[in-house]
Amino acid sequence: MSTIAAISTPHAAGGISVIRISGENALTVAEKVFFPSSKNKRPSEMNGYTCAYGNICDGDTVLDDGILTVFRAPNSYTGEDVAEISCHGGIFITEQILRLILSEGAEPAEAGEFTKRAFLNGKMSLTQAEGVMDIISAGGKAELCCASALKEGALFRRIKTVSDRVLRLLGSLAAWVDYPEDDIPAVTNEEINDTLCYANKQLDELLSSYDSGKILRKGIDTVIVGKPNVGKSTLMNLLSGCERSIVTEIAGTTRDIVEESVRLGDIVLRLSDTAGIHFTNDIVENEGVKLAKKKLGTAEMILAVFDLGAEISEEDISIAESCKGKNAIAVLNKSDLDQKFDFQSISDNFKECVILSAGSGEGAEKLAEAVEKIYKLGDIVPDAGMIVNERQRACAEKAKNSFSEAICALASGATFDAVNILIDEGENFLLELTGERASEAVVNEVFSRFCVGK
Amino acid sequence: MSYYIDSYDVAVIGAGHAGVEAALAAARLGARTVLFTISLDNIANMPCNPSIGGTAKGHLVREIDALGGEMGKAADACFIQSRMLNRGKGPAVHSLRVQADRVKYHNHMKHICEMQEGLDLKQAEVTEIRTENEKVVSVVTALGGEYKVKAAIIATGTYLKGLIHVGDVSYESGPDSTLPSRGLSDSLKSIGVKLRRFKTGTPSRVHRRSINFDLLEKQNGDEDIQPFSFETDRNGLKNVVSCYIAYTNEETHKVIRENISRSPMYSGRIEGVGPRYCPSIEDKIVRFADRARHQLFIEPMGLETDEYYLQGMSSSLPEDVQIAFLRTIKGLENVEIMRNAYAIEYDCCDPQDLKHTLEFKNIGGLYGAGQFNGTSGYEEAAAQGLIAGINAARYCKGQEGITLSRSSSYIGTLIDDLVIKGCTDPYRMMTSRSEYRLILRQDNADERLTPLGYRVGLISEERYEKFLEKQRLINDEIKRVKGKTLPPSEKLNELLEKKGTAPISGGIKMSELIKRPQISYEDLAEFDDDRPELFYEVKEQVNLQIEYEGYISRQMMEVEHVRKLEEKKLPADIDYKQIKGLSLEAQEKLDRVRPENIGQAGRISGVSPADVSVLVIWLAGQAK
Repeated sequence: MSTIAAISTPHAAGGISVIRISGENALTVAEKVFFPSSKNKRPSEMNGYTCAYGNICDGDTVLDDGILTVFRAPNSYTGEDVAEISCHGGIFITEQILRLILSEGAEPAEAGEFTKRAFLNGKMSLTQAEGVMDIISAGGKAELCCASALKEGALFRRIKTVSDRVLRLLGSLAAWVDYPEDDIPAVTNEEINDTLCYANKQLDELLSSYDSGKILRKGIDTVIVGKPNVGKSTLMNLLSGCERSIVTEIAGTTRDIVEESVRLGDIVLRLSDTAGIHFTNDIVENEGVKLAKKKLGTAEMILAVFDLGAEISEEDISIAESCKGKNAIAVLNKSDLDQKFDFQSISDNFKECVILSAGSGEGAEKLAEAVEKIYKLGDIVPDAGMIVNERQRACAEKAKNSFSEAICALASGATFDAVNILIDEGENFLLELTGERASEAVVNEVFSRFCVGK
Repeated sequence: MSYYIDSYDVAVIGAGHAGVEAALAAARLGARTVLFTISLDNIANMPCNPSIGGTAKGHLVREIDALGGEMGKAADACFIQSRMLNRGKGPAVHSLRVQADRVKYHNHMKHICEMQEGLDLKQAEVTEIRTENEKVVSVVTALGGEYKVKAAIIATGTYLKGLIHVGDVSYESGPDSTLPSRGLSDSLKSIGVKLRRFKTGTPSRVHRRSINFDLLEKQNGDEDIQPFSFETDRNGLKNVVSCYIAYTNEETHKVIRENISRSPMYSGRIEGVGPRYCPSIEDKIVRFADRARHQLFIEPMGLETDEYYLQGMSSSLPEDVQIAFLRTIKGLENVEIMRNAYAIEYDCCDPQDLKHTLEFKNIGGLYGAGQFNGTSGYEEAAAQGLIAGINAARYCKGQEGITLSRSSSYIGTLIDDLVIKGCTDPYRMMTSRSEYRLILRQDNADERLTPLGYRVGLISEERYEKFLEKQRLINDEIKRVKGKTLPPSEKLNELLEKKGTAPISGGIKMSELIKRPQISYEDLAEFDDDRPELFYEVKEQVNLQIEYEGYISRQMMEVEHVRKLEEKKLPADIDYKQIKGLSLEAQEKLDRVRPENIGQAGRISGVSPADVSVLVIWLAGQAK
């Protein structure tokens, strides 16, 4: 089994974060990043159930200091060798450390994979197996839901541009090789080299921009929705502690999605304030409403704001219905006004309900409790978006390596069949993200672009 | 009314390229076999291109031979021009292709079948397959003769409910104006075989004297001819004909465009799904409208005929349009058509209903092979025929069927693609379909498959001994080359520089030099004083195995990974709907394909990695 790693503590700013590495090479991987203060200790030689204090370093750069705990197979959670690095909690630092570990040869763990291994290694009973399957399938489903969100993402779009270009090259190579007698232009070394250099340049830029601190904004992708003027922007401002959205009493003030990361208790929310959902003739605002509805479909958590001081409307009901089955919290705002709102009729659509006054801030702490309840802090299931993103990054990295090898092979005069296999390999890493396989994609490419055959 | 005639172990229905391999393999493995054909004069006919091999197809023929099949030997005996394609693109994609004498090939194969002990040939149309308790018990001919059998192999090609289209004319027919198979489809449906319609086509044959060869590009065969069969002596093989190349032009395209409405494909009369890789000329012109010209090959059909085949010009346009567009082509201004081009529709099964042994999942002893399984091409057909024949014989003896992995061969890749992924149009083998191209080379087919052929019983003791000796020579020589250090010398450095690679200053292992793409084993002969005298085939393997060692071991790692997944067997009777955590799509796909192991499950489209994980856990739970 491969060696896997993931952040095992909730994906939020907290006191301490734990990164778990499990598998055959867990301790050798740990040794490459963790340097005990006591010079005679080497992670790969430490006994099970022992700890070491030391620095976590990327080359000469010290990222953080922390504690390494070693578990020896079979006496660990997964039944394999396990190394756990406790560090200082910030999301940015923790992710950097994870990235470092992955670059030293560990694979990003899938949802529920530690538990799956624990089961496969006989650390759990049969009755627990079903629970594991639930976690995995939930992870898989969450990834699917996220997939549409991720396909909107810049990272995905750019990877797709690269993989399409490489696929064209592979299609040309395949047509030229599989139809040597047809009128197919020969593929030149320059063509291969140009495409691969282009691909690697793109992947390089992609990987460096992905690393450069944008992750600080990470957290639970949360959207604030509600019909116009129920106080969405006021809530956003309350949570972020500054005047981020323009608050006025004219319905439809917020047209674009305003984004902000805020800390709520132990959790970071990546908040989007959207335009109010209602029918409008204003073209610009209409675009905003469309955007809001799309965001509603892809967000991980929804804060649906309702005005306690108004009668329930068609729009409220429609918003409530689109929250069904999601991690949605009803925020009943304007608790200071006379309560005309009939929440009972729509309460089934929400996991939690909070009454507060966004204007005065009264009741805001209840919102934090509600979020914590939904995300059951302490569970070790990392959020799906994080896995998918980390996987995208890992795929891009591996693809880049394969393409580099192909460039070297080509330069050293290797034959096309060998170079082709390396390009295939790289393309497969990129296509993994869309669930395709290179061989099929290439065959389709050949038939759609080339006029071949008897 | 039917009456009893005889009893056999295996009945093979259809004597095309699949049927012939199936019947020969079954009989050679000791099964009493009967081979039915609608006409004995069409055994192993090539109703389309008189050619064997080509990219990936040449690999299939070498593999058939390595397992003990017949196609490679027959092609060696009947070829009139031979070429190794893709020289210069790397050994993995070198592909042997020959022009064959169509009539000679038929006669040769027919005679091989006639001489085969334990194999009887019958000219009869099988119209019914009878089953009892979901197992084959007999086949019945159109005349009412019943043959009791334990197993039956369907290799009906394009004959099954064959329907030919030329312009607005359609008529029931097999290929090349033969009688179609009419009754069998209904019988198959009644025993639970699902059928669908596919379509293919062939170009016209024209008379030699109506072609102006002076205006065409000539294409000759190789000087150094390599045979298909590992048993054929490479000495004495020679080319006796040339092929020619011509091109369509704007005028040709104009004639076709003006008459496109008269094509049955565009008027919607053909319901069958045509192959993407073998488009008719009208298809090419419509789909690739910007191409100013399309290439066609003009190839002789044999030595004792003046018929020529026009590769690239398949069509279902009316006869007058065919004449008109051909005569716009330079060199074909006065062309006389002898047989017109046509499209043919036929019944075939859905290969997802088959196991990897090619036996139907729901009917014991019933096998499918060739175009009936949704493929196209003589080589694809023969490969499946061989596997179906072997497995039908084993079934009769109560032995477990053999299956070939994707990493063992193109044959294994072909069958796995068919059975696991299915096909929506006639399937053609391509090198791009194999993820293991660098290990599935045509030059090492014997290394990959001859041991299996021997274990199965199709490879003789004598041939196997020879094979082992060859492997021993290869391995010894590789070991020697890896151990041998060449000292630097002026002469050696001169060679290295001439070949465009860096000179050496200290001693270097000979294998390290061979690993350089610019240097081959042969190049170093004069510096290698204790080099033994070796056959061409041995030297070739030594060179390739050393040069590609890095890539080969990389692919072997992947093979090992997949092998482990394939060791995790899935029980045949799983109720996927009861497995918690599988996505709905995965449940449906798994239920349809019913994979035999986790590796196969992961290759089904719509089964995600999360679904595979759920299956792994479910399986582990079952084991406890």
